[in-house]
Amino acid sequence: MKKTFLKHEHFQQLLDALKEAGFACIGPQVRDGAIIYDTLTTSTQLPWGLRDFQEPGSYRLEKTAEYKAFSWANGPQALKPYLFKAEETLWRVKRDEAGKFIFEAEYAKAPAIAFIGARACDLAALAIQDKVFIEAKQIDIRYQQRRESLLIIAVNCTYASKNCFCVSAGTGPKVNHAYDLVLTEVDQGFVVQSGSERGAAILAKLTLTPASLLQIQQGALEIQQAANMQSKKIPFNNTRALGLALMNKLDHPRWLDVAERCLSCGNCTLVCPTCFCHSERDKPSLEATSSEHVREWDSCFTKGHSYITGKVIRPDTQSRYRQWLTHKVATWFEQFDVSGCVGCGRCITWCPVGIDLTEELSAMVEDFHET
Amino acid sequence: MLQDYPKPTLAVYKFTSCDGCQLAFLNAGVALLELTNLITIIHFAEAGFVAPTQAVDIAFVEGSISTLDEITRIQQIRAQSNYLITIGACATAGGIQALRNFAGSNNWLKDIYATSDTIDSLKTSYPISHYVKVDTELWGCPVNTAQVMVAIRSLLFNAAPQVKRDSVCMDCKRRGRVCILVSQQQSCMGPVTQTGCGSLCPGLNRACYGCYGPSENPNTQSLGAAFKKLGLSDVDVARQFHHINNQAPAFHQAGNRFKTIPIWVA
Ligand code: SF4
Ligand code: SF4
Ligand code: SF4
Repeated sequence: MKKTFLKHEHFQQLLDALKEAGFACIGPQVRDGAIIYDTLTTSTQLPWGLRDFQEPGSYRLEKTAEYKAFSWANGPQALKPYLFKAEETLWRVKRDEAGKFIFEAEYAKAPAIAFIGARACDLAALAIQDKVFIEAKQIDIRYQQRRESLLIIAVNCTYASKNCFCVSAGTGPKVNHAYDLVLTEVDQGFVVQSGSERGAAILAKLTLTPASLLQIQQGALEIQQAANMQSKKIPFNNTRALGLALMNKLDHPRWLDVAERCLSCGNCTLVCPTCFCHSERDKPSLEATSSEHVREWDSCFTKGHSYITGKVIRPDTQSRYRQWLTHKVATWFEQFDVSGCVGCGRCITWCPVGIDLTEELSAMVEDFHET
Repeated sequence: MLQDYPKPTLAVYKFTSCDGCQLAFLNAGVALLELTNLITIIHFAEAGFVAPTQAVDIAFVEGSISTLDEITRIQQIRAQSNYLITIGACATAGGIQALRNFAGSNNWLKDIYATSDTIDSLKTSYPISHYVKVDTELWGCPVNTAQVMVAIRSLLFNAAPQVKRDSVCMDCKRRGRVCILVSQQQSCMGPVTQTGCGSLCPGLNRACYGCYGPSENPNTQSLGAAFKKLGLSDVDVARQFHHINNQAPAFHQAGNRFKTIPIWVA
């Protein structure tokens, strides 16, 4: 697909074209000191000239010398909340006049979304969530509806935070999953490429010039820089070998050590773009004439998660943390044929006590040597 | 159908408290009218129903026990009630007034009143469960309408109410709030506090101060250590735990561990 160039000042055309095509634009913007995704109506809402400074348990935005819209790595969430909702009604039930139960399935209501700014790790995580919700025996119809109408405008990373490790995890920083459009930001604008007919149709409405060789080279160089910035690594580069090594360390003293630090708060699992655990409950009306069956994000750090046949199987933090980490990088392979970690670093940043899974893993898989 | 049976009865009793939790009923609006189709309110002084010694199916109790007379009264209420639910921090954990348990309450009385002879109170403020069996505890300062209505609905189904004790953080994440501990270094109690408020304070850019009491598996030691890294002194950390729910065992012990000097003795 040929590469074209979209000037910064023409970014608004992209939003307008998407809107005209019937999409609600969701894109990055600053709220409460972090980059979050919400409705994007004007290009001025983008986080121009800002980037994220992340460390274990800490996140802050800082100004950059250059005036760019995507010179940051990530924020607390990206795609997950738009497809796998934090709280959602699955079905409703009421009685008809004869007193018989009438069940009604709930369908997705929101309009089709154009998601602007999905990164390589976000799309790797999306592929995993697809396996959970639509490539499984039980299809989630609401997820499927939203997923099928989703238009993806991906962005190649040109900056990596201190907690990013997509290179070692094998997912980025260059986008390597399906997209409708992909942007690489360079001086004055974006090198743009379409990856689908829908994407090409949107591009046809924009003021574009052919991308120069210099712009294409600068784009490639910037992506390489984002890779070079990363210092974190996940042992065995996130392969099955890591899982096998970890499953041999189920009695390692480090599990107890991390349990002393871990708050069992669940933040890591809820910011993780691949975590899909949820619980369901019924919300009867006060007069018990109708009821809603609701699903919400849950976590392996809660008591309810391992409450089975009257017993809490994992009553303490040690067993809960071990469940989280062994599932994520070991047993996930058996379930989905891939690691559950895409290297985004969110669980490290948004852990209130800065627990870093790459460090925990390295400490436990001691015989791991960097290759 | 429920209407075919005589309606269960409900009472709301008050002990040492600010009356705020009772507003969970009074502010319920339409739900309060619906509720009266399902149950008969026999005692609820703040709403004008007075029958303090009548037997009742569902008893809601607000407030802590802080006088001798209240001990007798709660025993009487327990004896006449089928199912007893405490509402709020006072009834469930002794309330803010239980800070006097750490101090010499006589000294406090002397500081405030010209003569303490007329004050007939215990040296301590304790939760209801210190004196009688409690069937369900609803935490919060104050509790909200949803909590009490869900509990009543559950009992009308003949099922014990389920109270989730996950962390407040889970609600922050579900609601898309940016964590103020991570992004602003505020000493937020959310990671050790139980859900129920909908992460109200972090949503208003203010650290959670733990009014829903300890979460199910709280690591107070690790969070306290994290607060110290943010610049809080041991005394500050102790105060975080010795606050609205200072008698809740997890917070009581945590505060004692961090407290290096007796800060509340007058
Ligand atoms: S485990 Fe952590 S680093 Fe890996 S994908 Fe999940 S949040 Fe990102
Ligand atoms: S690892 Fe961190 S974010 Fe995850 S449950 Fe433990 S303290 Fe919370
Ligand atoms: S703001 Fe407080 S309650 Fe919310 S996620 Fe952060 S630490 Fe938890």
